[in-house]
Amino acid sequence: MINVVDVYKSFNGHKVLRGINLTVKDGQSMALIGGSGQGKSILLKHIIGLIKPDQGKVLIDNQDIGRLRGKLLKQLKERFGVVFQGGALFDSLTVFENVAFPLREKTRLKDSAISDKVYNELTRVRLSGAEDKYPSEISGGMKKRAALARCLIMEPQIVLFDEPTAGLDPLTEKAIHKLIQDCQKNLNFTSIIVTHEIPAIFSIVDRVAMLFEGKIIAEGTPDEIQASMDPIVHQFIHGELEGPISIQ
Amino acid sequence: MSLIFVPFRILGGIPLGFIRELGRMACFLAVSFYWMAFPPYLLRRIIKQINFIGVKTTFVIVLTGLFIGMVLALQSYYALVKFGAEASLGPVVALSLIRELGPVISALMATGCAGSALTAQIGIMRITEQIDALDAMALNPYKYLIIPNLIAGIISIPLLNAIVVVVGIFGGYAVGIGLMGLNSGTYFGGISDFVKMKDILGGLYKSLSFGVLIAWISCYKGYNAGHGAEGVSKATIQAVVLSSVLILVWDYFLTSVLTT
Repeated sequence: MINVVDVYKSFNGHKVLRGINLTVKDGQSMALIGGSGQGKSILLKHIIGLIKPDQGKVLIDNQDIGRLRGKLLKQLKERFGVVFQGGALFDSLTVFENVAFPLREKTRLKDSAISDKVYNELTRVRLSGAEDKYPSEISGGMKKRAALARCLIMEPQIVLFDEPTAGLDPLTEKAIHKLIQDCQKNLNFTSIIVTHEIPAIFSIVDRVAMLFEGKIIAEGTPDEIQASMDPIVHQFIHGELEGPISIQ
Repeated sequence: MSLIFVPFRILGGIPLGFIRELGRMACFLAVSFYWMAFPPYLLRRIIKQINFIGVKTTFVIVLTGLFIGMVLALQSYYALVKFGAEASLGPVVALSLIRELGPVISALMATGCAGSALTAQIGIMRITEQIDALDAMALNPYKYLIIPNLIAGIISIPLLNAIVVVVGIFGGYAVGIGLMGLNSGTYFGGISDFVKMKDILGGLYKSLSFGVLIAWISCYKGYNAGHGAEGVSKATIQAVVLSSVLILVWDYFLTSVLTT
């Protein structure tokens, strides 16, 4: 279970997170929505331990990731998989090498076993045939799928998606959402998806939380969020120009 | 009241910022050396980086060394001939290259060629979240990015220095013997008489420390690159300028220590 408890974070005096409280239960999928620059990706980096909070804590199964060091931190991080916004594929490696990278570095599997696992994973994300291509030679959608394959190959218990469909065409976006949903169903991982894809995201997650001005202002099932009478939530999910959110 | 202190705050902020940056750089190097003490050592990555820093700079180093040796011989010849000491051309060229020009020129060329590329490479990895991806996989970015480059720098720069020295001596030979008509035996005989192991070791110490310096500054600047293409370009410029200046400053201090 992921428990974000009263997390505050500032950068150069600019307050980004102002007391975030969020709980994601095991096996649950949570969408984190909110305008650009509201701190969604920053919150995600707190959860994986890439950024430490100024105040508050992030508990993963009651272990404070901000206070763990050395082997314990490594063991905890090994339970995570992250799909970064741009894929974060290593540009000097091919798609195959990227997906094989965690296995080569963290396991003692033989090359043949690694190869089998990589091909299986690439088939799962429908990326067969692209294994010899470099990240610069493939489309945005393929990059996201390759990043998903690299993330899933270590069978993580918690997967964090940072805008997995940003910049993709509607069909590819739908395909990626379907892929995430299928993988979640088959592998039963806990997930947090930072996204702007509204309302598409509502059909693939269990819960939705909305971040506004550094705080979670609404949390509930997709139906509850869609029915919310909160003027900020209403304006955001319906994409209305008039309302309490000022467009910058 | 606070307005009165604004100029003092600005004035004080400059050295404070400089000291803070120095502290960060020192911590970065200390953390790198700390992780260097623990295996695994990524041999393949080290070899790849030796190729990146060393092999890819070799052609430029050969060209530079050749012409540095040639111009050194030409200038020294005209000075030496005034004192009737043209027979000392070999030792003058060799000692200048071994003790001073070889280490400095090889380090400056490696900074321009490999150091800048290294900063840009790591900087791009930073802004495209590839370093975060390593961290998120519970892999130590220092082990994968910084330490192989430090080791590659320590190995490559002394080798590049050796190339500059050898090619430079032959460049000087071509001018001295080919153009000025000096005796070949005098040229090399003088070198073996006057060049001592102490001179060679001095040059080696210099290039070893330059290797650490180039890899350290280039990696640090790339690792802490700002946002976007502008952040990477700024980091690259800073890495080249800072490395070049520090090479010359450090060279002076090391020369003072080695010659006393």
